[in-house]
Amino acid sequence: MAIYLIVALDVLNGIASLFLLCLGLAIIFGMMKIINLAHGEFIMLGAYATVISANAGVNIWIAMLVVAPLFVGIVGLVIERCLIRFLYGRLVDSMLATWGLSLLIIGIVTTIYGNTQQGVPTPLGGFSIGSYQSSYYTLFLAGMAIVTMALVYGVMSYTRLGLIARATMQNPAMAATLGVNPARVYMSTFAVGAAVTGLAGGLLAPVSGITPGMGGAYVAKAFMTVVGGGAAILSGTMSAASLFGAVNQVGAYFTTPVYGEVLVFTAAIVLIRLLPQGISGRFFKGNL
Amino acid sequence: MSFSRRRFLRHSALATTTLIAAPAVFRSGAFGAENPIVVGSLHDQSGPIAASGTPMVYALQLAVDEINAGGGLLGRPLKVIHYDTQSNIQMYSQFAQQLAVKDKVDVVHGGITSASREAVRPTFDRFKVLYFYNVLYEGGVCDRNTFCTGTTPAQTVEKLVPSAMKKAGKKAYIIAADYNYGQITAKWMTKYVKDNGGEVLSTDFFPLDVTNFGTTISKIQAAKPDLILSALVGGNHTAFYRQWTAAGMKGKIPIASTTFGLVNEPSTLDAAESDAILGAYGYFEELTTPASKSFVEKIKKAHPDSPYISELAACTYEGVMLWAAGVKKAASIDRMKVVAALEDSIAFDGPSGKVSLDKATHHTTRNAFLAEVKDRKWSVLESYSDVKPADTASVCDLVKNPADTKQYIINL
Repeated sequence: MAIYLIVALDVLNGIASLFLLCLGLAIIFGMMKIINLAHGEFIMLGAYATVISANAGVNIWIAMLVVAPLFVGIVGLVIERCLIRFLYGRLVDSMLATWGLSLLIIGIVTTIYGNTQQGVPTPLGGFSIGSYQSSYYTLFLAGMAIVTMALVYGVMSYTRLGLIARATMQNPAMAATLGVNPARVYMSTFAVGAAVTGLAGGLLAPVSGITPGMGGAYVAKAFMTVVGGGAAILSGTMSAASLFGAVNQVGAYFTTPVYGEVLVFTAAIVLIRLLPQGISGRFFKGNL
Repeated sequence: MSFSRRRFLRHSALATTTLIAAPAVFRSGAFGAENPIVVGSLHDQSGPIAASGTPMVYALQLAVDEINAGGGLLGRPLKVIHYDTQSNIQMYSQFAQQLAVKDKVDVVHGGITSASREAVRPTFDRFKVLYFYNVLYEGGVCDRNTFCTGTTPAQTVEKLVPSAMKKAGKKAYIIAADYNYGQITAKWMTKYVKDNGGEVLSTDFFPLDVTNFGTTISKIQAAKPDLILSALVGGNHTAFYRQWTAAGMKGKIPIASTTFGLVNEPSTLDAAESDAILGAYGYFEELTTPASKSFVEKIKKAHPDSPYISELAACTYEGVMLWAAGVKKAASIDRMKVVAALEDSIAFDGPSGKVSLDKATHHTTRNAFLAEVKDRKWSVLESYSDVKPADTASVCDLVKNPADTKQYIINL
């Protein structure tokens, strides 16, 4: 019995981390149709911000929940002003530019901090269910996923800011005639997306290997999830993250980690074949 | 601009001529310089494997500087031509060609992963360039043009598994990286577990970009082994040790690894995450012999921020020195004369102790060490002297088959 609970926790962990990793990308992609290939590097920057500030003596929770999103958010803002704003509506160009950007960020971080970086220990510790052990951090990640989701939902549905953002997303020209400045909305959206990604990097820092190239391990899965989720930022990302996270974890448990990965990619191919618009293109139309 | 067929032909002809002529034009500038012996170096200094490659380059440079300070070889100075292979196999193939054809080097030291070695070894065979691979690996390379100076499983895994089993128990669970090194090392682990009367409960392989080890940790708990044997590789896989500790499993089941601490794991992980992990290698930075201390001191002095100086760096240094001893003995830089000299009981006293080349396998007989992580450093528990590369020796005999160039998968 205990083992099922533990596996359920693993699945929850897989879904929560995938959701956190994708949300920032979904915000940027869903609202602005910019394919940000430097997404993995934003995660890496979040992890580095956490690790470096924590090693410098900042409280680990502040490092994860405040420093990481703030830092990456500011980086995102600068990048939007210097690079991304010239690329709206130019899908292929934006891919090329952000790919170059990702190489640049890796290069800068390697030059400053070298190829190795001391990580931070995982806070909170473990607990046991029967004879099995799991970590409270897993539950914390799941909690953070829910909190982030609620925050994004709240801001988008109940605030004026969210209303403007949704209007710009649906029809920028119409929003502009009503007095909204789309350029400013895009700028803040990109910064918010980057900050959410930085938060994900910060949250995953204690349970990951920290290297300048670590983003590469996340970016493919993040894109797959966002595309699989479709246009709706929250419901799409959540449903795709649940599907892929569960398939990966259950697959890895009952077969091997290699097949766990294979199954995820198979699931993604089948999903895109059946629902070319993503899950939310079919089931949560018009939702957030 | 309109682009006619003629114009296109003219332009491309011109461009092609320029490209073909360029190397000759550039090369002519080098005439008149002193005539050095050229040592090629192929090591990753950027990308995921950079933390391994960087100290290897430092060690190679140190060896070459020392030889040059002693008057060079055969009265000629040594010159290093180094390429950063960027953790990219394509770069290996490309730069190997360049070293052989354009730079015309006299020897190449390099290659880190087994995949990179197998990408460049045929190139050096074809262009007849002597090749040294100075990295621990799964064993079995049998090639008269290649010398493998690092340890193989019979030298390290064979020591690691029984001592870990003695400490922990007979039931092992193997986790390994999913490429040739991990697959073959897992087989060796299985063999030595069985040889010592134990049993392997399960073997799991992980692609190099796996970052979430939650289910594996649950599976390990369900299998209830006495011992975990790990051949996980790379930055992403260090996440396993973190998640293991986060789940509160640290200290409940001991871990022994053939890869942990080869690069920087003890210094990047927290003490709580890495304490008591067992490892066996041909060299540890913490060895207190005078040769080892002075080796570490010299590298640290030149490069204060060098990553951990492991077997990789020590074997690279020893590899260059062994090659130099061969050149001296042959009194020539001719490839076959040097190979013959190297096969004639060449030995060198390096940071790890005495290293001697084995004629039949082109591998080394060298010391091996067993150590345990304590407070983010290795503490050496035991040393074994003059361990032979018995695994490769069981399949490879270059005295009998000098034309062999295969890597044998050793049948276990």
